[in-house]
Amino acid sequence: MGSITLEHVNKSFGGHQVIPDASLEIEDGAFVVFVGPSGCGKSTLLRLIAGLEDTTSGIIRLDGEDVTQRGPAHRGLAMVFQSYALYPHMTVRQNIAFPLKMANTDKATTERKVDDAARVLNLTDYLDRKPRQLSGGQRQRVAIGRAIVRQPKAFLFDEPLSNLDAALRVNMRIEITELHQHLKTTMVYVTHDQVEAMTMADKIVVLNAGRIEQYGTPMELYRTPANKFVAGFIGSPRMNFLEGAHAEKYRAATIGVRPEHLRISRESGDWHGRVGVVEHLGSDTFLHVHMEGVGLQTVRTEGEKEFVPGDTVWLSPDPSRIYRFDQSGLALR
Amino acid sequence: MATRESRTIARIMMAPSVIVLLIWMIVPLALTLWFSFQNYNLLNPVVTFAGWLNYQFFLTDPAFAQSIVNTLLLVGGVLLITVVGGIFLALLLDQPIWGQGIVRILVISPFFIMPPVAALIWKNMLMHPGYGIFARIAEAFGQQPIDWFAQVPLFSIILIVAWQWLPFATLILLTALQSLSEEQKEAAEMDGANAVRRFIYIILPHLARAITVVILIQTIFLLAIFAEVLVTTNGGPGYNSTNLAFLVYRTALLSFDVGGASAGGVIAVILANIVAIFLMRAVGRNLDA
Repeated sequence: MGSITLEHVNKSFGGHQVIPDASLEIEDGAFVVFVGPSGCGKSTLLRLIAGLEDTTSGIIRLDGEDVTQRGPAHRGLAMVFQSYALYPHMTVRQNIAFPLKMANTDKATTERKVDDAARVLNLTDYLDRKPRQLSGGQRQRVAIGRAIVRQPKAFLFDEPLSNLDAALRVNMRIEITELHQHLKTTMVYVTHDQVEAMTMADKIVVLNAGRIEQYGTPMELYRTPANKFVAGFIGSPRMNFLEGAHAEKYRAATIGVRPEHLRISRESGDWHGRVGVVEHLGSDTFLHVHMEGVGLQTVRTEGEKEFVPGDTVWLSPDPSRIYRFDQSGLALR
Repeated sequence: MATRESRTIARIMMAPSVIVLLIWMIVPLALTLWFSFQNYNLLNPVVTFAGWLNYQFFLTDPAFAQSIVNTLLLVGGVLLITVVGGIFLALLLDQPIWGQGIVRILVISPFFIMPPVAALIWKNMLMHPGYGIFARIAEAFGQQPIDWFAQVPLFSIILIVAWQWLPFATLILLTALQSLSEEQKEAAEMDGANAVRRFIYIILPHLARAITVVILIQTIFLLAIFAEVLVTTNGGPGYNSTNLAFLVYRTALLSFDVGGASAGGVIAVILANIVAIFLMRAVGRNLDA
């Protein structure tokens, strides 16, 4: 069991308000990702849940129980840190066994649980090594092993993949997702990478300047962003925004079109522009098109189409996939 | 140092300093060894070969055994106080407090006071049985003041030297403490370790190397403590606070026996090496990466 509820949580450091007012309901067993640009308060929010920071006001509930005043050790949560925070003087076995030792678990049980965790995480051959003899991905798995032996109510991940190289990151992404499917425990995961958020999450919380901008499934966020910030943050490459005359045609202050919803043609279309940079990815090609009076727009086309910089092209948005926003950036429906 | 040529040049460039250092070390050691086999007394102009006589006299001196014991007690006592006290002070100073910078400077200030001055301050201001602060405190509680240098001479010197070396230990341990990552402490907290267990399982192992450095460096200096003994007890009463360094001084400059003092010096070097080997066996493995 591990449902987490935040009720009007507020956090200030000195006079500086980091999280003005956050309310959130995380269901038991969900994989929730906090995503946002750096400095948006996503890590702070996670540390509030963990109990590593005190709330300035508001209530945090675990399984309906108020734990706001409880220390991190008494909340029954486990955390994986960005730096892994392994204990360098202990072997992998001792690292994983540490939470059990602190809970005064007997030897036989400890041994069994450590071996189980090591098997799940493919660490059996490394149990007698020290952390410094392991690679980044292995260290990451030890940190996860240390978290799972306690059978916590929920796992908290604080940007766990940002110290890994790109290839390993993709692997670990899949491993963590599989672990979640296997354990079915609530996981809260903080990242600044919207690709990680989209691929791993059951539900995503988009944060901006300490405010929860939107909370929903990845596809909800992609299809119906609540405002301009979410629309721009979710999706890669990011959404194109047009203002002025182009937007007025659709009775909005700003309109947004995703690069994948723009059709490109050499002969005719709604908007006229000139091709700038061309990025060939093989399966896709991203064209950066300069539009008169609007600026740079990104278009996604199939990889086979050949355009060269300087080509004159026409762009036409898919009329059913145009997002409209009012003056304050809120979505118009 | 990639090519053979650059290695050769490096060797040639380093040679002068290596040679100077070697002479610097070898000449005094050789002279001491030479004198230790001579009948060389400042009151007697005739210098003759003595064989092992100087060593025999020094080792059978009734003060010798006690001075060895005193030296080891002095080193051990000061190490115990400074390491335990240093860890405690470092933990305190690591807390965020108002005026942290000033407090830290105050804590390291005893290290800047030269040993004879520190010893005299302790002797006359604090430990004097008549007008010392400790005597006044004892009187305030209706107790007989302790005559520190008469009743517990060696312990008094241990206290003074520990006071001088506590800042050094604190400083080294504090910097080590500050290099412990915040996330590691938080991880231990999440893992359910309370403050005491965090200290035992996380902080103390992290400090192991710094503690080793403190022990090794302090031992080198503590084996040669001299000024504090000279200005407070003068080695007495009897030989109660005479350590090896002071015994060598007595032999050389009070008995004018340069040969005997040289023999004592050689024995002191041997003792220092025994202690060093013992220490490296005991704590040296902490220094391996």
